[in-house]
Amino acid sequence: MKKINFETKFEIIRFSVAILIALALSFIIILLVSDMPFLALQKLFLGPLENLRRFGNVIELAITLSFAGLSIAIIFSANQFNLAPEGAFYASGAISAMFVLTFPLPKIISPFLAIIIGGLIGAIICVIPALLKKKWGASELVSSLMLNFIVMYLAKYFINNKFKDPTCGYNATYILPDSSRLINIIPGTRIHFGLIIVVFTIFVCVVFMQKTKWGFQLLQTGRNVEFAKYVGINTSAIIIMSQAIGGFIAGMGGSIETLGMYNRFQWQSLPGYGFDGVIVAILAKNKPKYVPLAAFFLAYIRIGADKMATSTDVTSEMIAIIQGVIIMLVAATSFLSNTRQKMLIKKVRNNG
Amino acid sequence: MMNKINKIYPNGVVANKDVDFSVRRGEIHALVGENGAGKSTLMKILFGIEKPTEGSIYYKGKKLIINSPLDAINYGFGMVHQHFMLVESMSVSENIVLGSEPGSSWKINSNIQDEEAKKIMEKYNFKINVKAKISDLSIGLRQKVEILKALYKGAEVLILDEPTAVLTPQETVELFEQLKALKAQGHTIIFISHKLNEIKEICDRISIMRNGTLVGVYDVNAVTKDEISDLMVGKSVNWEVLKTPTKKGKVLLKVKNLTVINEANFPCLKHVSFNLHSSTILGIVGVEGNGQKELVDSIAGLTKIESGEIILKDKKINTSSVEKIRELGLSHIPGDRMVRGIANESTIEENLLATHTKDERLFHKGFLKTKEIRKWSEELISEFQIKASSPKVPIKMLSGGNIQKVIVAREFSKNSDCIIANQPTRGIDIGAAKFIHLKLIELRDKGAGVLLLSADLSEIKSMSDSLLVIFNGQFVAYFEDANKVTEEQLGKFMLGVEKQDEKEIKRCEA
Amino acid sequence: MDNLITYLIDSQFLYSVFRVTTPLLFAALASVVAENAGASNIALEGIMIFAALFGAIGSGISNSLIIGLLCAISGGLIISLLLSYFGLYLKTDIILSGIALNTLASGGSVFLLYVLLNDKGSTQALQCLTFPVVTIPLINKIPFLGEVLSGQNLLTYIAFFMVWVVFFLLYRTKIGKHLRCVGENPEAAESVGLNVRKLKLTALMISGLLASLGGAFLSMGYMAGFSRGMVSGRGFIALAAAAMGMLSPVPTMIASIIFGFADAVSNILAALRIPDELVKLIPYLVTIVGLIVFSQIRSFSEKKRRKKILSKT
Repeated sequence: MKKINFETKFEIIRFSVAILIALALSFIIILLVSDMPFLALQKLFLGPLENLRRFGNVIELAITLSFAGLSIAIIFSANQFNLAPEGAFYASGAISAMFVLTFPLPKIISPFLAIIIGGLIGAIICVIPALLKKKWGASELVSSLMLNFIVMYLAKYFINNKFKDPTCGYNATYILPDSSRLINIIPGTRIHFGLIIVVFTIFVCVVFMQKTKWGFQLLQTGRNVEFAKYVGINTSAIIIMSQAIGGFIAGMGGSIETLGMYNRFQWQSLPGYGFDGVIVAILAKNKPKYVPLAAFFLAYIRIGADKMATSTDVTSEMIAIIQGVIIMLVAATSFLSNTRQKMLIKKVRNNG
Repeated sequence: MMNKINKIYPNGVVANKDVDFSVRRGEIHALVGENGAGKSTLMKILFGIEKPTEGSIYYKGKKLIINSPLDAINYGFGMVHQHFMLVESMSVSENIVLGSEPGSSWKINSNIQDEEAKKIMEKYNFKINVKAKISDLSIGLRQKVEILKALYKGAEVLILDEPTAVLTPQETVELFEQLKALKAQGHTIIFISHKLNEIKEICDRISIMRNGTLVGVYDVNAVTKDEISDLMVGKSVNWEVLKTPTKKGKVLLKVKNLTVINEANFPCLKHVSFNLHSSTILGIVGVEGNGQKELVDSIAGLTKIESGEIILKDKKINTSSVEKIRELGLSHIPGDRMVRGIANESTIEENLLATHTKDERLFHKGFLKTKEIRKWSEELISEFQIKASSPKVPIKMLSGGNIQKVIVAREFSKNSDCIIANQPTRGIDIGAAKFIHLKLIELRDKGAGVLLLSADLSEIKSMSDSLLVIFNGQFVAYFEDANKVTEEQLGKFMLGVEKQDEKEIKRCEA
Repeated sequence: MDNLITYLIDSQFLYSVFRVTTPLLFAALASVVAENAGASNIALEGIMIFAALFGAIGSGISNSLIIGLLCAISGGLIISLLLSYFGLYLKTDIILSGIALNTLASGGSVFLLYVLLNDKGSTQALQCLTFPVVTIPLINKIPFLGEVLSGQNLLTYIAFFMVWVVFFLLYRTKIGKHLRCVGENPEAAESVGLNVRKLKLTALMISGLLASLGGAFLSMGYMAGFSRGMVSGRGFIALAAAAMGMLSPVPTMIASIIFGFADAVSNILAALRIPDELVKLIPYLVTIVGLIVFSQIRSFSEKKRRKKILSKT
């Protein structure tokens, strides 16, 4: 009993210190850069709470980030550095848009099918680097990064050439049919039905990882692939499956974001949700049940940064610096290891 | 001279106890002992890889403080490890001068490197092409490069750890000539080995260790191989095991003509054959590294076999997946428990569960039955006396002995017909070890066939019904009745001193 | 198709291939140095971004090319130092650190751009300098080849010179030998007393320097100034080029030229009215194909080698 408490206690301390350092860093940057530092800080940390609409923005972003985080969490749980969810988000959003524009279908059925198709596309995209690694030993990191660009340009080609709305001033598709959009569930905000879907998805992921045989085998494979082989787990099948599931979730995320938040598809570059998913997954320690919290935290500071940017002279990209620092600190295994040693020695001494 | 060396490891294992080890200048001194006898530890202390808990080292009359290999090198000690520390893509001369490259400038002059390498080779009469890449060299030549590396750094005392373990007979002959030449030039050599024949051939004196203590120092000429063997292998713990003799059942596992080549392209098993019957415990006796690991790994489906057949319960399993082999009814306690036996980051429960994913009591249509699993793991924890407060404890928190108990609990709880137990009681306290022994016997009585590997001779002798001795990738003796042979006799077979004649050995294929 | 060939044989086109290869080559060499020492540098993209930004601003503000260059190198070194600190000392997984730093640099560069110049898109407000183009006497008189080889940007020549420098460093200096030893067999390195961590740090610093030069070229070479998104994945393509080049300088150079070629071809194809988007994906597609081909070759040669050794026993 004592031993568990110590380790968890230490992890919590380490985690909190990492976040505190990151927050302190944001303090410092803002102080250095802004003429109105305290207003900036206030907007950053309290901005989202100012009104319902702003807070709604946090939830909207958290929905997408949750999908991203779940996707990466599952992929990373298999110990694969596959970043294809980034491209999957884009492609599934684009393909969903193209689907609903091509096949007008009644309400509910339209978005439902579009999301499923988006998910399947995402699954296919994310499996490719896994297959490349299995068959040819190619680094899944490099191939997934390249694939992201390929997929984006391909999808963008179709969007900009076959589905482009000439009446629209900027590069975007035609307006998506009403029947395909996800309904708004909380008036006063743009929060859409995707919230329900993501909650459901999180639930499914939690159950999958903790209560199914496959989820169990996936975790063991990710933790020690030699052990997994020794106990008879079909590790290559499990790895491919996990990438497909992660990809499906990322695909869903892209479709839901498009159908819930926009009336056209207009992304001209990779939205960056894949990398955001990495942050969320790291913060959530790859556990689906913590993903919503991590996603909320990240969404909160993002929207706060947006608010800060519109109201003060500090631009929102500052958050990128904070994010980078957070990931590295949280994932640093030797971080505070000296402190840990001292604490451990003290504890052992106390116990005689 | 190493005086009163005591070495106690942090996990409480006493590796060296009051060891007084000394070597005379200019001699070739053999250091022998079984696995775990403490000789590697002693040498690691000498070479600065480990520090003694107590004790001191004197060299040429002066006391030495050795904190790292660099210190040892500076004092003139050189060590040739069992696993070579060579950079494969670099040439012989590059490896020899590594870390002490000649010339003061930051540039490398490969000609000067080659010159230096040639110089040292001539001095000691080695003949290797200095420009050759290590990756192209045979193991024997690579070892010579390692020796030259140590000599280049000015080693006067050379420590060779199991040098002939991976050499062909021809290469061994060459090595010995080199060693004799080195001795003639005034070097001192400490020769760690199991191979009594070789020790007799080349060494002057021999120190024998057993269970962490030094049991004797002799002139090699004054002792016979039998005497050495006896001293090495003497009775340790009394494992009195209560075992009722059972009748051998039918053939459970057939191994025919099995040949396995490992990653270093070394043939570790050469055309071995044997049968395992149900209701028997067959012990495979041998010094670690003679092929037994590869034998059990290939049966368990973890190693590719080069040729031959493995038949379990009348089904050929040469190329079957681990999953299928386990489903057929095989359990495997692996020898390297930390690498393969557990998932370090998982909980006890998860580690227990890993091989039971097809058990209907615990899984329902692909879903974990949490409550039943919890109860089941708690039962196992208490049955196997695992010291943990709950199944949810991460397994890395447990002591080594308890981790082994988790592995044993997992593998024994499947009621398998065929059990491979590779060092099942390594690192476990006596009480727990006896418990595991009782369990093994219980399983045997219920009809299981057990393949047992152990470094502890008395354990394996008292546990096994029959014994197969393996040496250098082949079986050299078979004893139908383990009671009819003494540990001393077994020792001789293990060390290659004796070999049964073919007909006797072939009885294991009955 | 005929049109295409004509375009390809044009000396202007071949000139542009070398130009386009330059940043890739710098970054690929950076990866070569780092990987040889066993310290993967995934943060090449981020290093190039910061180097490009700092260089452009530095040269614009100080009106001195040298200062601009130093700023570029400093920018790159910031990322390299962070990578080293987190990867080697705090023991964050070095690949994860690389990914984190890339996102940090991506957003951070826009942030700094805004803070310093009040513009989130580019440095167009500043008059940024570029490195001069160098005409090589005599060579420039050779028909056709002269137009390709002479008149390139100074940094382009430096990049190709660096191929030799990296080769010399890795294979002809003591420190290069130690780096390679650390990468190939860190235990062997320790057994002879080499400081593995210090050597990896050195490798990452050199790697960062090379990648910074690549970033500097982007904003101070052919084009003047920094704009967001200008690196567009070159740092990652460089990783693939280094892998294809089997971590050896000269093959890596060839791989980089291949990718540069693909990049340049995509520009030509744009002129031929093949849609912009399809054209842009060519370099990335070539990279994946290259990776596959390379991995296939490597596993094939491994099998051959094993067969050879097996037959010896």
